[in-house]
Amino acid sequence: METRIPQSSFWHKAPFVCLALGAACLVAWALGYNQNPERAMYSYLFSFVSVLSIALGCMVFVIIQHLTRAGWSVVVRRVAEAGMAVMPLFALLFIPIAWTAGSLFPWAHIDPNDIALMRKASYLNLPFMLSRSAVYLVVWMVIGVWFYRTSVAQDEGKLPENTRKMWFMSAPSILLFALTVTFASFDWIMSLQPHWYSTIFGVYFFAGCLLSGLAFMTLICLGLQNAGVLKADITSEHYQDLGKLMFAFVVFSTYIGFSQFMLYWYANIPEEVEFYAHRLNHGWGFVSYALPITNFFVPFFILMSRHVKRNRLALTLACFYILVVHFLDLYWLMLPTYGAHAEEVPHMEITQGDLLSLIGMLFIYMGCVAFILVRNRVAPVGDPRMNESLAFENF
Amino acid sequence: MMDNKTVWGVLAQFETTHDIYHACEKVRDAGYKKWDAHAPFPVHGLDKAMGLKPSVLPWMVLVAGTTGATLAIWFMIWVSAYDYPLNIGGKPTWSIPAFIPVMFEVTILFSALTTAFGMFFLNRLPTWNHPTFSSKAFERATDDKFFIVIESSDPAFDMNKTQSLLKSAGASHFEVLEN
Repeated sequence: METRIPQSSFWHKAPFVCLALGAACLVAWALGYNQNPERAMYSYLFSFVSVLSIALGCMVFVIIQHLTRAGWSVVVRRVAEAGMAVMPLFALLFIPIAWTAGSLFPWAHIDPNDIALMRKASYLNLPFMLSRSAVYLVVWMVIGVWFYRTSVAQDEGKLPENTRKMWFMSAPSILLFALTVTFASFDWIMSLQPHWYSTIFGVYFFAGCLLSGLAFMTLICLGLQNAGVLKADITSEHYQDLGKLMFAFVVFSTYIGFSQFMLYWYANIPEEVEFYAHRLNHGWGFVSYALPITNFFVPFFILMSRHVKRNRLALTLACFYILVVHFLDLYWLMLPTYGAHAEEVPHMEITQGDLLSLIGMLFIYMGCVAFILVRNRVAPVGDPRMNESLAFENF
Repeated sequence: MMDNKTVWGVLAQFETTHDIYHACEKVRDAGYKKWDAHAPFPVHGLDKAMGLKPSVLPWMVLVAGTTGATLAIWFMIWVSAYDYPLNIGGKPTWSIPAFIPVMFEVTILFSALTTAFGMFFLNRLPTWNHPTFSSKAFERATDDKFFIVIESSDPAFDMNKTQSLLKSAGASHFEVLEN
C-alpha cells in the first residue's frame, strides 16, 4: 500500500505553484481594489465563504465518520483531514474582512430611524460580531488541527487509544460545528441583508458545505491516484459511496432551499419576501430561475446512475460541475445584496474581482492542502478499521 | 407415494463462504441457468460468482417515480386551475410552488411502493411452499450452512453429471428434492 507521495510527483511542486498563482490572483484583485472598495470586499467575502465551505465540508465529514464509527471511509479520511487541517489559513484570510467590516456590512452604519435594525443592534454590532467571528475561527482551528494531529500520530504509533479519543471528541465537536456554522452563516451571509431573516439559513449553508467538501475530496482522491498513491486501495466502491453522499446532499440542499422559498412565497409578507424580491430583479431573475435546474435537476440525473459514480472520468466532471454550481449558489446568496440600500440598485454583474479573488483563494487553499498532504501519509494506515475499509464493497 | 413424486432438483450443502463462492463459479461456468445459492448472510461478490445480471428494479422505480411526479402535477393543475378553480390567498391558479410538495410526496410514494412490490414480484413472492422446505438440512440455510440448489428443469441438468459437479465443488451433503 503506497501512502507516501513520490518525490517526482507533481504534488511536491503543487504547494509552491498553487501559492504563487493564488498570491498573483489576489494581488491582481488588490490592484483593482481602489476602483470600488465596497464591491471589491463583496467579492472577497464571497470568495472567502466559498472556499471556507469546502474546508467546513471536509471537517463535518471527518467528524461524522468518527461519530458513526464508519469503516468504509477510513482510506479516504486523510484527504478530508488535510482539507480541514488548513483552518488556520482562514483566520489569516479573515483579517481583511474584519478590517473593513464597518463599511462592508450594511447593519454597521444604520440610520437611527430604522427601528427594526435598532432593535437588532444588541446582536448586530461590530465588537460583538467580530468577537463571535473570532470564536468560530478558533473553534474550527482547534477541531481541524486536533483531529488531524491525532490521526497522524496514529500512523506510526498505531494505538487504538487515538481512535477512541477521536470517537469521544466527535460528539462535542459536531455540536460545536453545528452552532458555529449556523451562526457564522447568519453573521457573514444573512446579515448582508439585515432586515431579512430565515431560521433555516444555517442548514442551507451546511448542506452546501458538505456537498462541496465531498466533491473536493473526491477530486483530491482521484488526483492522488493519478500520482500513483493508494492506486489499488481507493476502489470504485469508495467512489460510489462518495457519489451517493453527493447525490443525497444535492437532494437535501434543494429540499432546504425549497422549504425556505415555499413558506415565504405562501405567506407573502414584505419583510420576508425581500430576499426573493432582490433576487428576481436587477438581472438576478435569470439566475434565480436557473438555480433549480443547475443545482438540482442536472446533478440529480447525473449522479443517479451507479455507472457514473463508478466511472472516474464521469465522476471527475460531476465533481467539478458540483463545485461550480455551489459557487454560483453562494454568489446568488450574497451578491444581490450589494447596493441593495442604495438609491439606484446596481444590476447583476460578474466582475473581474469576483473571479480573481475566488480563483486566488482556491489556489491558496489547494496549495496549503497539497503542502499538508505531501508531509504525511495520505491514508490513516494506523486506523484499526483500515482493513475493513480496504475490503469494502457495495451490495 | 414415491411414484407420484417427480424430481424437482438437487440440493448441495457447503460449509464455508469460500466453498460456496467457488462452487458457484463452477456451476456458472458449467452453463446452468435455473439455479440459486442460499446463505444465512450476504456473501460479498456472490452475485458475480453466480453470473447474475444487475437487477431491473432500479429502472422500474425510475419509471414509477417519473409517472408519480407527472400524474401529481397533472392532477393538481387540472383540479386547481380547470376543474374547480379557487382563489387561494390571491395566488394564481397555476401556482407550481404549491404543487411541488404534493408532487414530491407522490413521487416518493410511487417509488417506495414499486420498490417493495417490485422486489416481491422479482423474487416471486409470495410463494407459499417451495420444494427446498422438505429438506431437513436446508433449515440451516438461515443459520450456519450454505446451499446451492439446481432445478431439474434446467436444460443442462443431468442427475449424474450435476451430482458429480457439486461433489467436486466441495459439497459436504447432497440431497435430491422432489415435489
